[in-house]
Amino acid sequence: MANRALGAPRLPGPQPVAESQVISGARAQPEPLINAGSGHVSDRLFHLAMLGCGVCVLGLVGLIIYELARGSSLSWHAFGWKFFFRSEWDPVNEQFGAWAFVYGTLVSSLVALAIGVPLALGVAVFITEMSPRWLKGPLAFTTELLAAIPSVIYGLWAIFVLVPILRQYLEPFLGKYFGWTGLFEGAPYGIGMLAAGIILAIMIVPIISSITREVMTAVSQQQREAVLALGATRWEMIRTGVLRNARAGILGAIILGLGRALGETMAVTMVIGNRPEIARSLFAPGYTMASVIANEFSEATGNTYLSALIEIGLALFLLTIIVNILAQVLVWSVTRGMPARSHA
Amino acid sequence: MPDPLSSRLTHLSVWRRSKNVLATICAGGAVILVLLPLVAIFGYLLYRGVGSLNWAFLTQIPKPVGESGGGMANAIAGTCLILFIASCFGVPIGIGAGIYLAEYGRNRFGDLVRFTADVLNGVPSIVIGIVAYAIVVLEQGHFSALAGGVALGIMMIPTITRATEEMLLLVPQTIREAAYGLGVARWRTTLSITLRTASSGVITGVMLAFARVAGETAPLLFTAFGNQYWNWKINQPTAALSLQVFTYAISPFDEWHRQAWAGALILIILIVLSVSAVRIAAGRGMLKGTS
Amino acid sequence: MGVGIKVENLNAWFGKTQSLHDISMDIQANHATAIIGPSGCGKSTFVRCLNRMHETIPDTRVSGQVRMGELDVYNGTAAVQIRRRIGMVFQKPNPFPTMSIYDNVAAGLRLNGFHDRRRLDEIVERSLKLSALWDEVKDNLRKKSGASLSGGQQQRLCIARALAVEPQVLLMDEPCSALDPISTGKIEELIFQLKENFTIVIVTHNMQQASRVAEFTGFFLMGRLVEYDRTEKIFTTPSDKRTEDYITGRFG
Repeated sequence: MANRALGAPRLPGPQPVAESQVISGARAQPEPLINAGSGHVSDRLFHLAMLGCGVCVLGLVGLIIYELARGSSLSWHAFGWKFFFRSEWDPVNEQFGAWAFVYGTLVSSLVALAIGVPLALGVAVFITEMSPRWLKGPLAFTTELLAAIPSVIYGLWAIFVLVPILRQYLEPFLGKYFGWTGLFEGAPYGIGMLAAGIILAIMIVPIISSITREVMTAVSQQQREAVLALGATRWEMIRTGVLRNARAGILGAIILGLGRALGETMAVTMVIGNRPEIARSLFAPGYTMASVIANEFSEATGNTYLSALIEIGLALFLLTIIVNILAQVLVWSVTRGMPARSHA
Repeated sequence: MPDPLSSRLTHLSVWRRSKNVLATICAGGAVILVLLPLVAIFGYLLYRGVGSLNWAFLTQIPKPVGESGGGMANAIAGTCLILFIASCFGVPIGIGAGIYLAEYGRNRFGDLVRFTADVLNGVPSIVIGIVAYAIVVLEQGHFSALAGGVALGIMMIPTITRATEEMLLLVPQTIREAAYGLGVARWRTTLSITLRTASSGVITGVMLAFARVAGETAPLLFTAFGNQYWNWKINQPTAALSLQVFTYAISPFDEWHRQAWAGALILIILIVLSVSAVRIAAGRGMLKGTS
Repeated sequence: MGVGIKVENLNAWFGKTQSLHDISMDIQANHATAIIGPSGCGKSTFVRCLNRMHETIPDTRVSGQVRMGELDVYNGTAAVQIRRRIGMVFQKPNPFPTMSIYDNVAAGLRLNGFHDRRRLDEIVERSLKLSALWDEVKDNLRKKSGASLSGGQQQRLCIARALAVEPQVLLMDEPCSALDPISTGKIEELIFQLKENFTIVIVTHNMQQASRVAEFTGFFLMGRLVEYDRTEKIFTTPSDKRTEDYITGRFG
């Protein structure tokens, strides 16, 4: 049981510190210097203010959904679901259908993925598993630098450098040897779906490669060593020890890249040709959802016209959100789940 | 006589070895293919832009169509004005939300806010432009720098929130406890101690957000809209560097193409400077003195 | 002058787990009281309940009574005001990293709204002298950052910082466990001096330290106060067998 101690003379202890350190004349009575308050009210107010900022974030997304829905209601009532499946885009007669843009968005993004994914994976694999240590940092930095370049500068470069190359060299080459596929027919203008796909591919490589690198590094060293111990070559180790384990995350990275490609506006607008046409050939001009908004929004006359454009914006918004959420979930599953599994 | 089994293993080994080499070549090739456009873009920017970068370019406004000369001074100023407006509400809300998430938000609601910030980050910039149009331009009846600022401000928030939360979480709990132990109220501790300790990291996050939105064009197309003249009023359409580059690039005039390259060069220099400054700050260690 | 602390039936919980059971003790004014016991016995928790630091952790609960002089620590006074009267020094020195030595010591005062320059200068000097750090830093007060000092100096800086707000009680949670023997010795000397004007409660896992600096010692085991008596009695003729087992090193 606890014993209550009583007052008693002091115990002998170590020698006191040198004289100079001791203040002569200890204070008689401590004076509370601070008559400051309890801070309760301020704490509450501060908490509320910070909470308010957090709520703002929620409110912003709510605002976006609200404004898009409100703006597109006119078009929705006029055209309904079929809006996205008709391709008639006739501002003069107020007939709007977004199929051409949906098609253009999907095709340009697919071309971008087809070109960009192998490149991004190659870069990621090289940096993570193959590159000498001194090269890793600079390489990673330069791929991130690609991500910092604004879309309009990509577009500028694409118009004056990429498109002439396509027109003079690449497209004639593709048309001559691969025209039979139907993908490379028609006059090589340079401007068109292929140009848009290529510039998009360059733009999505940084994000796919950096997320892929993240999930590859999340794979534990033990997994790599286990495969190597069985006598695998480095490539086999990468394939079965790393890529296989990280595949959900890599899929997520690819989908994130898709999300970026879907919403990309300026560079695409500058080289895709901006004609609402549906053609099989990649040489033909096209139009994407983001591009039509960029080009026609500020000059849209008439409420239905504007509403149709906003409805396209709403569709774009929903599309990119779903894609991004899916991607986050996939990436999460690797970067969080991995450490747990490797203990097995 | 060679053992048939061992000779088969050797044969396999050659095939597997060559796949290995091939893989390295392909991956290395990918790196080169990716670095090529990077070099090409920077190269062309310098090559085509540097010649047009002169004092006149930086101080004059555009000349009428057909005349040569003139510059993008008003666009540079416009970008500054729009970024200023954007940061007036984007930075406080972003930092505030970051503080909320780090200090008060380790719960379900906080998770919701965090998730929503990520969602906001992925919204295409043109869609944000539509929203800014709806809430500012439509209400006021005209394009304005304010509308552009609102659009860019919204885009800054997720980046700043994320960075602030991360930096605040890096501050050791014992630092906060030292302040509590002195009888300092929680709100005061958060602002004067925790935030102050994380300040260089938070500033880094803000700069990153700036670098990201400075180059944005799409949301300005129908908010700030652009302007051939000087404008310092927030309620008038305003030029912006990215907008000007776009307008000139798609125009049919060689003179304007030339200026587009110069404008793009200025833009990329500003962005690269910000990103490099961020990298250097990160390298030096963002929390001064914590062991 | 320090005041005593009277603890009655103190219980504390982390969520559903109870970590302190029915603690009652009378901490004497102007003396040093040591709290000893094996790891996890609740020593730190106990001390953190005295200045209401325990409640800064989410999902915690406290019951019972703690009185400091005439003040009821838990009822009727804000936690913030209690903590200005009961100071704390932590296990690992934690000077504010972005502040100079001067600013560190003055922090408790400034952050509570006290800004009188001249008085601050006096108080900073006095606090640094009280914590035996003045001679070593007096030329660099505003130039050197708090974090640039050695471990022992940092801890003395933290003591100065705690003393600057003029508390009546100073709680020390294993203040020397992260320090080398020489710094430890200096701080123990310090405690000896500070006892004249403050009430000190020191948590320590080092029994020799307890016997060196403290007049009274409380032995904690598994969240309970097993024995509380004059230090010399605890270490020579403890009343409880568990105390004896701990002292003689049979466990812990």
